[in-house]
Amino acid sequence: MSLLTFQAPVEEEEIKERYDLVIVGAGPAGCSAAIYARRFQLETLIVAKELGGLIVDAEIVDNYPGLPEIPGSELGNKFLEHAKKYMTNIIMEEVESIEKKESGFLVRTMDEKTIEAKAIILATGEKHRKLNVPGEEEFLGRGVSYCGLCDAPLFKDRVVAVVGGGNVAFSDAQLLAKHAKKVILIHRRNWFRADPIEVKRVKENSKIEILTPYIVREIKGDMKVEKLLLEKTKEVGGEVIPTGELKEIEVDGIFVDIGLVPNSELAKKSGVAVDERGYIIVDDFMRTSVEGIFAAGDVTDKGSKFRQVVLAAAQGAIAAISVYNYLKSKE
Amino acid sequence: MDEEDRELEKILQRKMKELLHATQRKTTPHPLSEGKAVKLTSENFDKVINNSDMPVLVDFWAEWCMPCHMMSPVVEALAKKYAGKAIVAKLNVDESPDIAQRYYIMGIPTFIIFKNGKPVEKIVGAVGRGPLEKALRKHLTT
Repeated sequence: MSLLTFQAPVEEEEIKERYDLVIVGAGPAGCSAAIYARRFQLETLIVAKELGGLIVDAEIVDNYPGLPEIPGSELGNKFLEHAKKYMTNIIMEEVESIEKKESGFLVRTMDEKTIEAKAIILATGEKHRKLNVPGEEEFLGRGVSYCGLCDAPLFKDRVVAVVGGGNVAFSDAQLLAKHAKKVILIHRRNWFRADPIEVKRVKENSKIEILTPYIVREIKGDMKVEKLLLEKTKEVGGEVIPTGELKEIEVDGIFVDIGLVPNSELAKKSGVAVDERGYIIVDDFMRTSVEGIFAAGDVTDKGSKFRQVVLAAAQGAIAAISVYNYLKSKE
Repeated sequence: MDEEDRELEKILQRKMKELLHATQRKTTPHPLSEGKAVKLTSENFDKVINNSDMPVLVDFWAEWCMPCHMMSPVVEALAKKYAGKAIVAKLNVDESPDIAQRYYIMGIPTFIIFKNGKPVEKIVGAVGRGPLEKALRKHLTT
Protein backbone atom coordinates (compact mmCIF):
# COMPACT_ATOMS: atom_id res chain seq x y z
CA MET A 1 0.00 0.00 0.00
CA SER A 2 1.31 3.40 -0.83
CA LEU A 3 1.20 6.19 1.72
CA LEU A 4 0.40 9.83 1.78
CA THR A 5 3.92 11.17 1.58
CA PHE A 6 3.04 14.71 0.60
CA GLN A 7 4.79 17.30 2.75
CA ALA A 8 2.78 20.48 3.05
CA PRO A 9 4.63 23.74 3.52
CA VAL A 10 3.55 24.30 7.11
CA GLU A 11 6.10 26.97 7.95
CA GLU A 12 4.13 29.99 9.08
CA GLU A 13 6.64 32.43 7.58
CA GLU A 14 5.76 31.32 4.07
CA ILE A 15 2.16 32.45 4.31
CA LYS A 16 1.31 35.83 2.85
CA GLU A 17 -1.29 38.23 4.22
CA ARG A 18 -3.16 38.64 0.95
CA TYR A 19 -4.19 36.24 -1.77
CA ASP A 20 -6.33 36.48 -4.87
CA LEU A 21 -7.97 33.20 -3.99
CA VAL A 22 -8.32 31.17 -0.81
CA ILE A 23 -9.50 27.60 -1.33
CA VAL A 24 -10.87 25.82 1.72
CA GLY A 25 -10.24 22.08 1.40
CA ALA A 26 -7.46 20.00 -0.17
CA GLY A 27 -9.29 17.10 -1.75
CA PRO A 28 -9.64 16.52 -5.50
CA ALA A 29 -11.90 19.59 -5.94
CA GLY A 30 -9.66 21.97 -3.98
CA CYS A 31 -6.43 20.76 -5.58
CA SER A 32 -7.89 20.88 -9.08
CA ALA A 33 -9.17 24.41 -8.44
CA ALA A 34 -5.68 25.43 -7.28
CA ILE A 35 -4.02 23.97 -10.38
CA TYR A 36 -6.35 25.91 -12.65
CA ALA A 37 -6.13 29.10 -10.58
CA ARG A 38 -2.34 29.03 -10.81
CA ARG A 39 -2.54 28.72 -14.58
CA PHE A 40 -4.41 32.03 -14.46
CA GLN A 41 -1.61 33.31 -12.21
CA LEU A 42 -3.91 33.92 -9.29
CA GLU A 43 -2.06 34.01 -5.97
CA THR A 44 -3.61 30.97 -4.31
CA LEU A 45 -3.68 29.58 -0.79
CA ILE A 46 -5.26 26.30 0.23
CA VAL A 47 -6.36 26.11 3.85
CA ALA A 48 -7.32 22.57 4.81
CA LYS A 49 -7.95 20.71 8.02
CA GLU A 50 -6.94 17.46 6.35
CA LEU A 51 -5.01 16.81 3.18
CA GLY A 52 -6.14 14.80 0.17
CA GLY A 53 -9.80 14.48 1.10
CA LEU A 54 -11.73 11.33 1.95
CA ILE A 55 -10.37 9.62 -1.17
CA VAL A 56 -7.08 8.91 0.66
CA ASP A 57 -9.03 6.42 2.81
CA ALA A 58 -10.02 4.41 -0.28
CA GLU A 59 -7.93 1.30 -0.80
CA ILE A 60 -8.10 1.43 -4.61
CA VAL A 61 -9.61 3.94 -7.01
CA ASP A 62 -10.35 2.35 -10.34
CA ASN A 63 -12.41 4.95 -12.18
CA TYR A 64 -10.19 7.98 -12.47
CA PRO A 65 -9.31 8.24 -16.17
CA GLY A 66 -5.68 7.62 -17.00
CA LEU A 67 -4.75 6.25 -13.59
CA PRO A 68 -6.25 2.74 -13.35
CA GLU A 69 -6.13 0.81 -10.05
CA ILE A 70 -4.44 3.59 -8.11
CA PRO A 71 -4.49 3.49 -4.28
CA GLY A 72 -6.58 6.38 -2.94
CA SER A 73 -3.65 7.74 -0.93
CA GLU A 74 -1.46 7.82 -4.02
CA LEU A 75 -4.12 9.67 -6.00
CA GLY A 76 -4.41 12.17 -3.12
CA ASN A 77 -0.63 12.58 -3.20
CA LYS A 78 -0.63 13.24 -6.92
CA PHE A 79 -3.30 15.93 -6.59
CA LEU A 80 -1.42 17.66 -3.77
CA GLU A 81 1.97 17.44 -5.48
CA HIS A 82 0.47 18.80 -8.67
CA ALA A 83 -1.06 21.78 -6.84
CA LYS A 84 2.19 22.43 -4.97
CA LYS A 85 4.25 22.21 -8.16
CA TYR A 86 2.46 25.30 -9.43
CA MET A 87 3.30 27.28 -6.30
CA THR A 88 0.09 26.96 -4.39
CA ASN A 89 0.61 27.61 -0.67
CA ILE A 90 -1.00 24.93 1.47
CA ILE A 91 -1.55 25.14 5.21
CA MET A 92 -3.15 22.59 7.51
CA GLU A 93 -5.60 24.60 9.53
CA GLU A 94 -9.30 24.84 10.07
CA VAL A 95 -11.10 27.96 8.88
CA GLU A 96 -13.10 29.57 11.65
CA SER A 97 -14.93 32.25 9.65
CA ILE A 98 -15.15 34.07 6.34
CA GLU A 99 -16.14 37.69 6.63
CA LYS A 100 -17.29 39.78 3.70
CA LYS A 101 -15.28 43.01 3.28
CA GLU A 102 -15.54 45.78 0.75
CA SER A 103 -12.53 44.54 -1.20
CA GLY A 104 -13.23 40.85 -0.77
CA PHE A 105 -13.08 38.54 2.23
CA LEU A 106 -11.29 38.15 5.52
CA VAL A 107 -10.52 34.52 6.30
CA ARG A 108 -9.89 33.72 9.95
CA THR A 109 -8.42 30.37 11.00
CA MET A 110 -8.98 28.53 14.28
CA ASP A 111 -5.41 29.45 15.12
CA GLU A 112 -6.33 33.15 14.81
CA LYS A 113 -4.48 33.75 11.57
CA THR A 114 -6.18 36.25 9.28
CA ILE A 115 -5.79 36.20 5.52
CA GLU A 116 -7.34 38.51 2.96
CA ALA A 117 -8.77 37.06 -0.23
CA LYS A 118 -10.47 38.53 -3.26
CA ALA A 119 -12.45 35.32 -3.83
CA ILE A 120 -13.16 32.05 -2.04
CA ILE A 121 -13.73 28.49 -3.20
CA LEU A 122 -15.31 26.16 -0.66
CA ALA A 123 -14.22 22.59 -1.35
CA THR A 124 -14.76 21.22 2.12
CA GLY A 125 -16.23 17.86 1.11
CA GLU A 126 -17.98 15.50 3.46
CA LYS A 127 -17.32 13.81 6.77
CA HIS A 128 -18.42 10.58 8.40
CA ARG A 129 -21.90 10.59 9.88
CA LYS A 130 -21.93 9.95 13.62
CA LEU A 131 -24.19 7.65 15.57
CA ASN A 132 -24.82 10.40 18.14
CA VAL A 133 -24.93 8.01 21.08
CA PRO A 134 -23.31 8.25 24.53
CA GLY A 135 -19.69 7.06 24.52
CA GLU A 136 -19.06 7.77 20.85
CA GLU A 137 -17.04 10.93 21.40
CA GLU A 138 -15.49 9.76 24.65
CA PHE A 139 -14.01 6.62 23.11
CA LEU A 140 -12.80 8.12 19.83
CA GLY A 141 -9.35 6.65 19.33
CA ARG A 142 -9.99 4.16 22.14
CA GLY A 143 -12.15 1.77 20.16
CA VAL A 144 -14.41 4.05 18.14
CA SER A 145 -13.25 4.50 14.55
CA TYR A 146 -14.65 5.78 11.26
CA CYS A 147 -11.93 4.40 8.99
CA GLY A 148 -11.30 0.70 8.54
CA LEU A 149 -8.26 1.17 6.35
CA CYS A 150 -6.71 3.48 8.97
CA ASP A 151 -7.26 1.54 12.16
CA ALA A 152 -7.99 -2.13 11.30
CA PRO A 153 -4.46 -3.39 12.12
CA LEU A 154 -4.82 -2.05 15.68
CA PHE A 155 -7.55 -4.63 16.33
CA LYS A 156 -5.46 -7.73 15.80
CA ASP A 157 -7.06 -10.76 17.52
CA ARG A 158 -9.84 -8.64 19.02
CA VAL A 159 -13.62 -8.59 18.63
CA VAL A 160 -14.95 -5.62 16.68
CA ALA A 161 -18.34 -4.40 15.52
CA VAL A 162 -19.02 -2.68 12.21
CA VAL A 163 -22.19 -0.59 11.97
CA GLY A 164 -23.84 0.04 8.62
CA GLY A 165 -25.42 -1.62 5.62
CA GLY A 166 -23.65 -0.03 2.67
CA ASN A 167 -20.57 -0.93 0.64
CA VAL A 168 -18.20 0.82 3.04
CA ALA A 169 -19.45 -1.19 6.02
CA PHE A 170 -19.16 -4.42 4.05
CA SER A 171 -15.66 -3.74 2.81
CA ASP A 172 -14.55 -2.63 6.29
CA ALA A 173 -15.98 -5.84 7.77
CA GLN A 174 -13.95 -7.91 5.33
CA LEU A 175 -10.82 -5.86 5.94
CA LEU A 176 -11.23 -6.18 9.71
CA ALA A 177 -11.76 -9.92 9.39
CA LYS A 178 -8.16 -10.16 8.15
CA HIS A 179 -6.90 -8.80 11.50
CA ALA A 180 -9.58 -9.32 14.14
CA LYS A 181 -10.62 -12.55 15.87
CA LYS A 182 -14.28 -11.87 15.16
CA VAL A 183 -16.28 -9.18 13.36
CA ILE A 184 -19.94 -8.44 14.16
CA LEU A 185 -21.79 -6.51 11.45
CA ILE A 186 -24.70 -4.58 12.92
CA HIS A 187 -27.40 -3.00 10.75
CA ARG A 188 -30.77 -1.46 11.54
CA ARG A 189 -32.57 -3.34 8.76
CA ASN A 190 -32.67 -6.94 7.65
CA TRP A 191 -31.61 -5.98 4.15
CA PHE A 192 -28.54 -4.13 2.89
CA ARG A 193 -27.78 -1.33 0.45
CA ALA A 194 -24.37 -2.91 -0.26
CA ASP A 195 -23.80 -4.59 -3.62
CA PRO A 196 -25.00 -8.24 -3.68
CA ILE A 197 -21.46 -9.46 -4.38
CA GLU A 198 -20.22 -7.78 -1.17
CA VAL A 199 -23.13 -9.23 0.83
CA LYS A 200 -22.34 -12.70 -0.52
CA ARG A 201 -18.66 -12.37 0.41
CA VAL A 202 -19.48 -11.25 3.95
CA LYS A 203 -21.98 -14.06 4.44
CA GLU A 204 -19.38 -16.58 3.32
CA ASN A 205 -16.71 -15.18 5.67
CA SER A 206 -16.58 -17.43 8.74
CA LYS A 207 -15.12 -14.66 10.91
CA ILE A 208 -18.03 -12.28 10.28
CA GLU A 209 -21.33 -12.55 12.11
CA ILE A 210 -24.32 -10.51 10.89
CA LEU A 211 -26.52 -9.08 13.66
CA THR A 212 -29.78 -7.48 12.45
CA PRO A 213 -32.03 -5.57 12.85
CA TYR A 214 -30.37 -3.60 15.64
CA ILE A 215 -29.35 -0.01 16.33
CA VAL A 216 -26.57 1.07 18.70
CA ARG A 217 -27.87 2.89 21.78
CA GLU A 218 -24.70 3.31 23.79
CA ILE A 219 -20.97 2.61 23.68
CA LYS A 220 -19.73 1.53 27.10
CA GLY A 221 -16.37 0.99 28.69
CA ASP A 222 -13.90 2.16 31.26
CA MET A 223 -10.66 3.19 29.62
CA LYS A 224 -11.61 1.79 26.22
CA VAL A 225 -14.63 0.35 24.43
CA GLU A 226 -15.87 -2.79 26.16
CA LYS A 227 -19.56 -3.18 25.41
CA LEU A 228 -22.30 -2.01 23.08
CA LEU A 229 -25.89 -1.54 24.14
CA LEU A 230 -28.12 -2.46 21.21
CA GLU A 231 -31.84 -2.11 20.64
CA LYS A 232 -33.80 -4.37 18.33
CA THR A 233 -35.78 -2.63 15.59
CA LYS A 234 -38.55 -3.52 13.20
CA GLU A 235 -39.40 -2.16 9.81
CA VAL A 236 -42.90 -0.83 9.32
CA GLY A 237 -43.70 0.61 5.90
CA GLY A 238 -40.03 1.34 5.22
CA GLU A 239 -39.56 3.08 8.59
CA VAL A 240 -37.18 1.66 11.18
CA ILE A 241 -38.87 1.58 14.61
CA PRO A 242 -37.15 0.67 17.88
CA THR A 243 -38.87 -2.18 19.75
CA GLY A 244 -37.53 -1.54 23.26
CA GLU A 245 -35.83 -4.93 23.32
CA LEU A 246 -32.27 -4.33 24.54
CA LYS A 247 -29.16 -6.44 24.17
CA GLU A 248 -25.57 -6.01 25.28
CA ILE A 249 -22.59 -7.39 23.40
CA GLU A 250 -18.90 -7.39 24.31
CA VAL A 251 -16.52 -5.84 21.80
CA ASP A 252 -13.11 -4.16 21.77
CA GLY A 253 -13.99 -1.70 19.06
CA ILE A 254 -16.69 -0.29 16.84
CA PHE A 255 -16.34 0.96 13.26
CA VAL A 256 -19.08 3.40 12.30
CA ASP A 257 -19.86 3.26 8.56
CA ILE A 258 -23.29 4.86 8.30
CA GLY A 259 -22.72 7.35 5.53
CA LEU A 260 -21.50 10.86 5.04
CA VAL A 261 -22.70 14.38 5.83
CA PRO A 262 -21.52 17.66 4.28
CA ASN A 263 -18.83 19.83 5.88
CA SER A 264 -20.94 22.94 5.34
CA GLU A 265 -20.95 24.64 8.76
CA LEU A 266 -18.47 27.24 7.50
CA ALA A 267 -20.59 27.87 4.40
CA LYS A 268 -23.71 28.36 6.51
CA LYS A 269 -21.87 30.68 8.90
CA SER A 270 -20.74 32.73 5.90
CA GLY A 271 -24.29 33.17 4.67
CA VAL A 272 -24.01 30.70 1.78
CA ALA A 273 -27.30 29.00 0.93
CA VAL A 274 -27.51 25.22 1.36
CA ASP A 275 -30.19 22.71 0.40
CA GLU A 276 -32.39 20.82 2.86
CA ARG A 277 -29.66 18.18 3.35
CA GLY A 278 -27.02 20.84 4.09
CA TYR A 279 -25.20 20.76 0.73
CA ILE A 280 -24.08 24.06 -0.84
CA ILE A 281 -26.33 25.17 -3.69
CA VAL A 282 -24.28 26.06 -6.78
CA ASP A 283 -25.16 27.08 -10.33
CA ASP A 284 -23.52 25.79 -13.51
CA PHE A 285 -20.54 28.10 -12.89
CA MET A 286 -20.05 26.89 -9.29
CA ARG A 287 -21.27 30.22 -7.93
CA THR A 288 -22.93 30.15 -4.52
CA SER A 289 -25.57 32.56 -3.22
CA VAL A 290 -22.80 34.90 -1.99
CA GLU A 291 -20.97 36.93 -4.65
CA GLY A 292 -17.29 36.05 -4.66
CA ILE A 293 -17.75 32.71 -2.90
CA PHE A 294 -17.67 29.63 -5.13
CA ALA A 295 -17.92 25.95 -4.22
CA ALA A 296 -16.84 22.63 -5.72
CA GLY A 297 -16.84 18.91 -5.01
CA ASP A 298 -18.89 16.70 -2.71
CA VAL A 299 -19.95 19.59 -0.46
CA THR A 300 -22.10 20.92 -3.32
CA ASP A 301 -25.63 19.76 -4.05
CA LYS A 302 -24.58 18.69 -7.56
CA GLY A 303 -21.35 16.94 -6.55
CA SER A 304 -22.84 15.00 -3.68
CA LYS A 305 -25.35 13.30 -5.96
CA PHE A 306 -22.53 11.38 -7.66
CA ARG A 307 -19.53 11.49 -5.28
CA GLN A 308 -16.96 10.96 -8.00
CA VAL A 309 -13.33 12.11 -7.94
CA VAL A 310 -13.52 12.98 -11.63
CA LEU A 311 -16.56 15.16 -11.03
CA ALA A 312 -15.00 16.92 -8.03
CA ALA A 313 -11.90 17.67 -10.12
CA ALA A 314 -14.06 19.01 -12.95
CA GLN A 315 -16.07 21.19 -10.59
CA GLY A 316 -12.82 22.52 -9.10
CA ALA A 317 -11.68 23.51 -12.58
CA ILE A 318 -14.98 25.26 -13.35
CA ALA A 319 -14.87 27.09 -10.01
CA ALA A 320 -11.33 28.37 -10.69
CA ILE A 321 -12.24 29.56 -14.20
CA SER A 322 -15.30 31.30 -12.75
CA VAL A 323 -13.12 32.98 -10.10
CA TYR A 324 -10.79 34.22 -12.83
CA ASN A 325 -13.69 35.65 -14.85
CA TYR A 326 -15.22 37.16 -11.74
CA LEU A 327 -11.99 38.92 -10.72
CA LYS A 328 -11.42 40.12 -14.29
CA SER A 329 -14.92 41.60 -14.41
CA LYS A 330 -14.21 43.52 -11.22
CA GLU A 331 -11.00 45.10 -12.49
CA MET B 1 43.68 55.99 30.97
CA ASP B 2 43.88 56.28 34.76
CA GLU B 3 43.63 53.55 37.35
CA GLU B 4 39.88 54.02 37.94
CA ASP B 5 39.04 53.74 34.25
CA ARG B 6 41.09 50.61 33.90
CA GLU B 7 39.30 49.08 36.89
CA LEU B 8 35.94 50.02 35.37
CA GLU B 9 36.95 48.50 32.03
CA LYS B 10 37.85 45.24 33.78
CA ILE B 11 34.52 45.14 35.58
CA LEU B 12 32.67 45.84 32.36
CA GLN B 13 34.52 43.09 30.57
CA ARG B 14 33.78 40.66 33.35
CA LYS B 15 30.10 41.61 33.31
CA MET B 16 30.03 41.21 29.55
CA LYS B 17 31.56 37.76 29.81
CA GLU B 18 29.04 36.77 32.46
CA LEU B 19 26.16 38.03 30.36
CA LEU B 20 27.42 36.24 27.29
CA HIS B 21 27.85 33.10 29.32
CA ALA B 22 24.34 33.37 30.72
CA THR B 23 22.74 33.78 27.31
CA GLN B 24 24.82 30.92 25.97
CA ARG B 25 23.66 28.75 28.80
CA LYS B 26 20.08 29.70 28.04
CA THR B 27 20.36 28.89 24.37
CA THR B 28 22.30 25.66 24.87
CA PRO B 29 19.82 23.21 23.36
CA HIS B 30 18.32 20.45 25.44
CA PRO B 31 19.59 17.19 23.92
CA LEU B 32 16.01 16.05 23.28
CA SER B 33 14.65 19.41 22.16
CA GLU B 34 17.00 20.45 19.38
CA GLY B 35 14.41 21.14 16.73
CA LYS B 36 13.77 17.61 15.55
CA ALA B 37 11.17 15.06 16.65
CA VAL B 38 12.76 12.47 18.94
CA LYS B 39 12.20 8.77 18.36
CA LEU B 40 10.76 7.00 21.39
CA THR B 41 10.87 3.24 21.99
CA SER B 42 9.72 0.89 24.75
CA GLU B 43 13.20 1.27 26.23
CA ASN B 44 13.52 5.06 26.44
CA PHE B 45 9.85 6.10 26.71
CA ASP B 46 9.53 6.30 30.52
CA LYS B 47 12.95 7.90 30.92
CA VAL B 48 12.09 10.68 28.47
CA ILE B 49 8.61 11.51 29.75
CA ASN B 50 9.52 11.25 33.44
CA ASN B 51 12.79 13.20 33.37
CA SER B 52 11.69 16.38 31.65
CA ASP B 53 10.72 19.77 33.02
CA MET B 54 9.32 20.57 29.60
CA PRO B 55 6.05 19.22 28.28
CA VAL B 56 6.49 16.18 26.02
CA LEU B 57 4.27 15.88 22.95
CA VAL B 58 4.16 12.29 21.72
CA ASP B 59 2.86 11.39 18.27
CA PHE B 60 1.65 7.77 18.28
CA TRP B 61 1.91 6.61 14.65
CA ALA B 62 2.49 3.69 12.31
CA GLU B 63 4.03 3.22 8.89
CA TRP B 64 0.73 2.07 7.30
CA CYS B 65 -1.32 4.98 8.67
CA MET B 66 -1.95 7.65 6.03
CA PRO B 67 -3.31 10.37 8.31
CA CYS B 68 -0.15 9.92 10.41
CA HIS B 69 2.03 10.72 7.40
CA MET B 70 -0.18 13.71 6.76
CA MET B 71 0.57 15.03 10.25
CA SER B 72 4.25 14.23 10.25
CA PRO B 73 5.39 17.57 8.72
CA VAL B 74 3.22 19.37 11.30
CA VAL B 75 4.95 17.45 14.10
CA GLU B 76 8.39 18.29 12.69
CA ALA B 77 7.43 21.97 12.34
CA LEU B 78 6.37 22.06 16.00
CA ALA B 79 9.63 20.37 17.05
CA LYS B 80 11.53 23.09 15.21
CA LYS B 81 9.45 25.98 16.55
CA TYR B 82 9.44 24.84 20.17
CA ALA B 83 13.07 23.76 20.41
CA GLY B 84 14.20 24.30 23.99
CA LYS B 85 10.62 24.71 25.19
CA ALA B 86 9.07 21.31 24.59
CA ILE B 87 10.11 17.81 23.64
CA VAL B 88 8.34 16.64 20.51
CA ALA B 89 8.55 12.89 20.04
CA LYS B 90 7.22 10.06 17.90
CA LEU B 91 6.36 6.53 18.98
CA ASN B 92 5.75 3.81 16.41
CA VAL B 93 2.85 1.73 17.79
CA ASP B 94 3.91 -1.36 15.81
CA GLU B 95 7.42 -1.27 17.29
CA SER B 96 6.27 -0.45 20.84
CA PRO B 97 2.83 -2.06 21.28
CA ASP B 98 3.32 -2.18 25.08
CA ILE B 99 3.43 1.61 25.33
CA ALA B 100 0.53 2.00 22.88
CA GLN B 101 -1.55 -0.43 24.95
CA ARG B 102 -0.73 1.34 28.18
CA TYR B 103 -2.40 4.49 26.85
CA TYR B 104 -5.23 2.63 25.05
CA ILE B 105 -4.16 3.79 21.61
CA MET B 106 -6.76 2.25 19.27
CA GLY B 107 -6.81 4.88 16.56
CA ILE B 108 -3.91 6.77 15.11
CA PRO B 109 -2.56 9.34 14.92
CA THR B 110 -3.10 10.02 18.61
CA PHE B 111 -1.18 12.82 20.28
CA ILE B 112 -0.61 12.87 24.03
CA ILE B 113 1.03 15.72 25.91
CA PHE B 114 2.84 14.57 29.06
CA LYS B 115 3.86 16.77 31.95
CA ASN B 116 6.02 15.30 34.73
CA GLY B 117 5.34 11.87 33.28
CA LYS B 118 1.55 12.21 33.35
CA PRO B 119 -0.72 12.60 30.34
CA VAL B 120 -2.43 16.00 30.51
CA GLU B 121 -3.93 16.21 27.05
CA LYS B 122 -5.00 13.74 24.36
CA ILE B 123 -5.85 14.61 20.77
CA VAL B 124 -7.07 11.98 18.32
CA GLY B 125 -6.84 12.23 14.55
CA ALA B 126 -5.17 14.28 11.85
CA VAL B 127 -6.37 17.55 13.33
CA GLY B 128 -3.94 19.84 11.51
CA ARG B 129 -1.46 22.26 12.99
CA GLY B 130 -3.81 24.68 14.79
CA PRO B 131 -5.38 22.49 17.49
CA LEU B 132 -2.13 20.64 18.17
CA GLU B 133 -0.08 23.81 18.58
CA LYS B 134 -2.77 25.40 20.73
CA ALA B 135 -2.77 22.40 23.08
CA LEU B 136 1.00 22.38 23.31
CA ARG B 137 1.17 26.11 24.00
CA LYS B 138 -1.26 25.68 26.88
CA HIS B 139 1.22 23.42 28.65
CA LEU B 140 4.46 25.32 28.06
CA THR B 141 6.10 26.30 31.32
CA THR B 142 7.20 29.75 30.23
